[in-house]
Amino acid sequence: MTAGSKQAIMGIKIGMTQIFDENDKAVPVTVIEAGPCTVLQKKKTESDGYNAIQVGFYNLKEKLANKPAKGHFKKANVKPLRHIKEFRVDNIDDYETGQEIKVDVFADGDIVDVVGTSKGKGFAGGVKRHNFARGSMGHGSKYHRRPGSLGAKGPARVFKGRKLPGHLGAERVTVQGLKVVKVYPDRNIILIRGSIPGPKRGLVVIKNTVKA
Amino acid sequence: MQDIIKAIEEEYYKKDLPRFGPGDTVKVHVKVVEGTRERIQIFEGTVIKIRGGGLSRTFTVRRTTYGVAVERTFPIHSPKIAKIEVTRRGKVRRGRLFYLRGLTGKKARVKEKGRV
Repeated sequence: MTAGSKQAIMGIKIGMTQIFDENDKAVPVTVIEAGPCTVLQKKKTESDGYNAIQVGFYNLKEKLANKPAKGHFKKANVKPLRHIKEFRVDNIDDYETGQEIKVDVFADGDIVDVVGTSKGKGFAGGVKRHNFARGSMGHGSKYHRRPGSLGAKGPARVFKGRKLPGHLGAERVTVQGLKVVKVYPDRNIILIRGSIPGPKRGLVVIKNTVKA
Repeated sequence: MQDIIKAIEEEYYKKDLPRFGPGDTVKVHVKVVEGTRERIQIFEGTVIKIRGGGLSRTFTVRRTTYGVAVERTFPIHSPKIAKIEVTRRGKVRRGRLFYLRGLTGKKARVKEKGRV
């Protein structure tokens, strides 16, 4: 596959560590077990209205797949897989159903975007959720972590979009412009500089950066 | 999961590290790049702290020259460190020797560990 073309792969976040780069500097890296992803279906403009490949990732026990899913996997002649996603690629003719996408579509030094699901924080207050300033904890103050004023008195209502406490996290987050530090094609491992969203064992998608 | 991380760290570990701890006096051979040339610089002093585990383990060496104390922290497995030599074993009763920072002269010494 040629460099610069659109590539994407699914992976599982393993955790973080640090390694030493060619200048002997310590580099923080996230370890991701990425691929192999199997192409399950090709979507074409004529039949589906758009061009994309549908890929699956991560082995699923035969008995855990339901009947419709089993049929779908059988069509592509592959074993059941846990995660299914669609990738828009440059040219779907480069791919065949049943073909495996391996981690070697990325090379050391590539710039990528990583999509993940952030860690769920539950019902969070304004201080954590919107970086509100906290009141003084001492000096007789009884105003600690409250949301504060909701607006002016005149409109006699609260405007939509007002930042308030509520559910935080467990949402899709994309981090752009991360550097691939190292790829181990034989072990399906990719090391990406810095942190990525989500917990360990979380599903992530690595793709070429949109801001190349 | 941890096995995968361990396997990656494995290739960066140094196998020939001497055993040393807080209170020991060590000579750290540091690779210094000057322009295009690379040479070895020796930094000798007392180990006052060891922290972290695995690849991110670091140690801090304190030395006093001409009345000015310098502390340098090195990642223990850094490729920039060519060699670590232990010149003296110190007898200390705690893991972090920060009390040395408040002491100068003869007081800022660590007793040598007697032969057993």
